Amino acid sequence: MSRYWYAMTGIIRRELMRFVHQRERFVAALIRPLLWLVVFAAGFRAALGLSIIPPYQTYITYEVYIIPGLIGMIQLFNGMQSSLSMVYDQEMGSMRVLLTAPLPRWFLLLCKLIAGVTVSLLQIAVFLMVAKLTGIEFAYEGALQALPILIFTGIMLGSLGLLIASVVKQLENFAGVMNFVIFPMFFLSSALYPIWKMQESSELLATVCQWNPFSHAVEAIRFAFYGQFNGVAMTLVLACTIVFFLLACWSYNPARRFRAGRTAAA
Amino acid sequence: MSTSTSLTADPEAVPAMHTTANYALDIRNLSFRYGDTTALNDITVSIKPGESVILLGPNGAGKTTLFSLICGLFAADNGSILINGRSLLKRADALAPLGIVFQSQTLDLDLSVEQNLMYFCALQGIARKEARTRITTALKRMDLSKRTHDKIRTLNGGHRRRVEIIRATLHAPSILLLDEPTVGLDIPTRTELIRYLHELPETHGCAILWATHLIDEVHDTDRVLMLHNGELQLDGTLDALRHSTNTTSIESMMQHVMNP
Repeated sequence: MSRYWYAMTGIIRRELMRFVHQRERFVAALIRPLLWLVVFAAGFRAALGLSIIPPYQTYITYEVYIIPGLIGMIQLFNGMQSSLSMVYDQEMGSMRVLLTAPLPRWFLLLCKLIAGVTVSLLQIAVFLMVAKLTGIEFAYEGALQALPILIFTGIMLGSLGLLIASVVKQLENFAGVMNFVIFPMFFLSSALYPIWKMQESSELLATVCQWNPFSHAVEAIRFAFYGQFNGVAMTLVLACTIVFFLLACWSYNPARRFRAGRTAAA
Repeated sequence: MSTSTSLTADPEAVPAMHTTANYALDIRNLSFRYGDTTALNDITVSIKPGESVILLGPNGAGKTTLFSLICGLFAADNGSILINGRSLLKRADALAPLGIVFQSQTLDLDLSVEQNLMYFCALQGIARKEARTRITTALKRMDLSKRTHDKIRTLNGGHRRRVEIIRATLHAPSILLLDEPTVGLDIPTRTELIRYLHELPETHGCAILWATHLIDEVHDTDRVLMLHNGELQLDGTLDALRHSTNTTSIESMMQHVMNP
């Protein structure tokens, strides 16, 4: 069997083991979207009227609307969590073991991304099961239809995380990442409310939402959940995935890493 | 860590080494700068298979930078590095014959000893069954069998170091880089490890490049490189260097280099 295959399965296995060992991370990953679904959505349900917009063909409850957004949220936070663990690995030195493996660096980074996506898919599966138990109506087939899209959106958000990890030098700086990257990305998207709703209050914010790659990730997931393909959203997700990944590879280039002020720690 | 444990290397425990080129490591005209500061200046060194080389130098001499360049974490400003005749710049798999023990610990604290080692084997392209066999043998040899499933977090510094040394040799490297591997260890553990590491070239046929600033780690038969201010000041066996510097001890040799 190819050494590439061994490396990929080894990296995925390690990421899964770390996830299993870090029970708090699993609980946090589950609680966060469930809080939005159960508490936030209960409050917003009455306040926010939703018209029939694609891909929906009938009136839906707010809980149903935000399911794809919360799935995107799981992937967004998981991507950032992966990047946080990469910064931790850099500080602890275990990143060196990965970067000195006799394989192309782009391949090693891609394996890291695939490992992160695998973890996020597990989180999504558990989230959907719990959501179903709370009485939210959706079809499991939708989740299966969305699986290929979720892989791409996961890689896109993971690549962004990789890119951030290459820039952030210390764990302490990660609070800034939460405030300036994750929250704006999440709130300025179609995850919690349709963009037309945002447009009613601010054209500028609606435009920002439309340019936000996370909006397109959420829309690609939303359409896939109903067996439809959103070509525009998917094209933008693919384009952003390629750009983020290439930038991440570039930022992990040994020749560039020192110039960015790195020390031997990575 | 048990101080009575004997760390005797077992040549049958590790598969045959790579020996595909005249030199295990061939460094030519290597230079590297941190901004305006020259870290390494025109370093040229060749290490033969099975050779034991000690890289001596005070803190800040450039030892860790040199290691970071050899293992591809940094890219050189000038010069070339060939490992078993293959250039790092051209092929990522040139790193395959290289074993590395980093100065700071690089194990995953939340994973067990076996999980850490299996992860490394996967990165080296070793099949799981084969990896398990090698790990079992190596842990037994290092008297760590009972700690196989313990998390690294629960191990003391000496045991962690042993795990890192096992990890660096699991893929049967043809050259082993040791970056101050005994720093922070108690005296008995250090003595055992120094003896074990010195036996590796003879029993396994792998060359070692051992960076240190602790002169008691040098044996009479070792070839010594002395690095100071990023430049290679001395290169030779201890006897030859004593003669050329007209000194009697390594301490005075270092003084001779640092305060000419």
